[in-house]
Amino acid sequence: MTKIKTALLAATAVMAAAPAMAEWAPNRPVEFVVASGAGGGSDNFARTIQSALTRNDIVDAPMVVLNKGGGSGAEAFLYARQNAGDPNKLIFATNNVYLLPYVAKLAYTTEDLQPVAALALDEFLVWVKADSPYETITDLIDAAKEAPGTIVFGGSQSKDTDETLVALIEQTTGADFRYVPFNGGGEVGVQLAGGHIAANVNNPNENVGQWQAGAVRPLCVFAPQRMAESEPISGEMGWHDIPTCSEAGLDIESYQMPRTVWLPKDTDPEVVAYYQDAMTKVAETPEWQDYLTKTSQTGAVLVGDELADFIQKNEDSTVKVFQAEGWTAAE
Amino acid sequence: MGNFDLLMHGFGVAITPMHLLLMVGGVLMGLVVGVLPGLGAPNGVSLLIPLTFALDPTSAIILLSSMYWGALFGGSTTSILFNIPGEPSSVATTFDGYPMARKGESTRALTLAFMSAGVGALTGVIVITLLAGWASNFALKFGAPEYFAVYFLAFAAFIGMGSASPAKTLVSLTTGLLLATVGMDTVTGEIRLTFGLDQLLSGISFLVVVIGLFGIGELLSTVQEGLRFRGVSSRIDLRDVFKTIAELPRYWATTIRSGLIGIWMGITPGGPTAASFMSYGIARQASRKGEPFGTGRPEGIVAPETADHSAGSCAMLPMLALGVPSSATAAVMMGGLMIWGLTPGPMLFATKPDFVWGLIASMYVSNLIGVILVLATVPMFAALLRIPFSIIGPMIVVICFVGAYTVSNSSFDLWLVLLFGLVGYLFTKLDYPLAPLVLAMVLGHKAENAFHQSMILSNGSLDIFFSNTLVTSIMVIALALLVLPKTLQLSSRLRRRQPVE
Repeated sequence: MTKIKTALLAATAVMAAAPAMAEWAPNRPVEFVVASGAGGGSDNFARTIQSALTRNDIVDAPMVVLNKGGGSGAEAFLYARQNAGDPNKLIFATNNVYLLPYVAKLAYTTEDLQPVAALALDEFLVWVKADSPYETITDLIDAAKEAPGTIVFGGSQSKDTDETLVALIEQTTGADFRYVPFNGGGEVGVQLAGGHIAANVNNPNENVGQWQAGAVRPLCVFAPQRMAESEPISGEMGWHDIPTCSEAGLDIESYQMPRTVWLPKDTDPEVVAYYQDAMTKVAETPEWQDYLTKTSQTGAVLVGDELADFIQKNEDSTVKVFQAEGWTAAE
Repeated sequence: MGNFDLLMHGFGVAITPMHLLLMVGGVLMGLVVGVLPGLGAPNGVSLLIPLTFALDPTSAIILLSSMYWGALFGGSTTSILFNIPGEPSSVATTFDGYPMARKGESTRALTLAFMSAGVGALTGVIVITLLAGWASNFALKFGAPEYFAVYFLAFAAFIGMGSASPAKTLVSLTTGLLLATVGMDTVTGEIRLTFGLDQLLSGISFLVVVIGLFGIGELLSTVQEGLRFRGVSSRIDLRDVFKTIAELPRYWATTIRSGLIGIWMGITPGGPTAASFMSYGIARQASRKGEPFGTGRPEGIVAPETADHSAGSCAMLPMLALGVPSSATAAVMMGGLMIWGLTPGPMLFATKPDFVWGLIASMYVSNLIGVILVLATVPMFAALLRIPFSIIGPMIVVICFVGAYTVSNSSFDLWLVLLFGLVGYLFTKLDYPLAPLVLAMVLGHKAENAFHQSMILSNGSLDIFFSNTLVTSIMVIALALLVLPKTLQLSSRLRRRQPVE
């Protein structure tokens, strides 16, 4: 008798607990709003997560990817602002969410979005053409000091991560480069392989194809420690053999770009918790590990306070560069 | 002949029942996507990407590329029948395709378009097969000044011998350039001409403008002229299809020229849209006799279609070999490639021969399937024109608005379609040419970026456009195309005057 009672009690407890564990779940299709065009870095990020969530049955609701890459991603963030409180819209971006408002006058602020998680850090490297005379990063910087404003750095977009990094190098070393903005990392990679520019600061993924073919080579990576061990990519060299920039004599300890997921503001805490949980699970899937290896990014799951800290630090240090360059939009 | 063996190997990979099924399915879906304006190949392909997660990369790319070919074929259909380009690259097909359909020769127009498209695609694939290694090296030679020279050449080829008055062409061209500047500028990061409207931040979509100008604009003219399509009584017969096919060899010169232009623009990434405009412009300049272009000249259909498709297939080469997509669709496919774990780049040909050559072989097969499927549907599409205007008219309006909305899911675009519908109507009534406006919208921003980048590189000196053989020769050809036709006209007028004096 008591046994049955206990069993019943336990059963009801389980039944009560089950919905409590997932207090909220999307009941409508979830829109993945991507702050880049189709085929861009954020797009691949979002689509990988979409595939990891689907294949591992982490989210049951259907998911649709929507590209809103206009205005360097501002289109997506404005869309989030218009859809405040909507729990069925996730925004996939980088650090452009909180950096863009500093350099362009836009009708949204970072407070219009709520951070959910950062899942990866994309590395930046200095690349030169394979037959370039610059063997180390210091060669390149010394050359720029000797002939100010003649060595051409190509990069993706204007006042975005690439130009910020070039500006940071200039501010740190006193060298003077000429920066030419192109449409995307892939384009910049080909411009370098064709010898139309002297160097670029592409992410690993944007230049790996050209490196494999021996058309370009990396000088250093802007990370606190060397990148993960890998199969040799070009000749004997793998990602781990690339020196960090501080090792090579350029005093910039780290410059990395987070891959971030956001919700529009004013959604319930359960909604945020639900997606945080889903993203944490994504990080454990084989699809995700595969993506990290193939794009040579560093996995870094940041949620909650850790994420807030990271954003604050990243924002502060970048804004310092903006201010020194005079890029901050007039208040 | 290493490439040939590899290709044969590729056929082995591509021709399996499963892959053939994927090709037929892809082409059919592409046709639907292509026929609907706004819902273009890039959207269609990106909708399909999640489905490909379950396939192996080779099957996935075969499905996606087949859909692309289908969309390219389908895009011409609405251009010819309703003057609404289903795809950006089929805008130039409207110039002569629509007039020909209105003359009651819709079957002929459609057949011409599809056949030359097929020939163009085939030329493109053959070039890829033969020149896989060489072509990617050629593309590497293109820096900012070379790009600007190519865009300049496209403008020059198209405008050099416009039939409209030069002043009106200038108005249309500058309007297009102005519209192309709206939004955020890549080189400076400045936001321009948005007047504080968030909706304009990403610029004015070229497709939305085209749907308005051509689709709605044309409807307004039709409504004014008595609620019926002009001259639609067309006899539909499979024999017409074959008769037209027999007529094709007559345009061999146009076909070869357009194929070459397409190949070049596909490889150097100029894109199919630029290719079709440039090819149309050059065909117009090259034609000496016969009725003027814009009234239903067969060459006016053959030229843009051949170039469009050969550029479309050649665009796969820089995407695979360099990681540079030269069309929006190629960009989406490249995203897919990365998700499947393949790195586009020169090494892809060496490390994944099954994938690369399977794709190339599938391009032969699926384009063949495309031509057959689309030809089989010609009588059906042509029959659409027999439907009374009171039924088809509202349907076109719906398609236009749905199409415009799909471009970026923004209701603001619907107002733009209406606005540009009125603009299109006025332009047509007042004899302003629409083509320069469209061309300027497609290439204006790219040309401006390339020019700006060149100026940064050269410290503001124009010499950079004549700094090496490649860029100099492109610039010289462009200037010649711009200036020569007018000079020739002038001199022939002078010569004619002499006997009188």
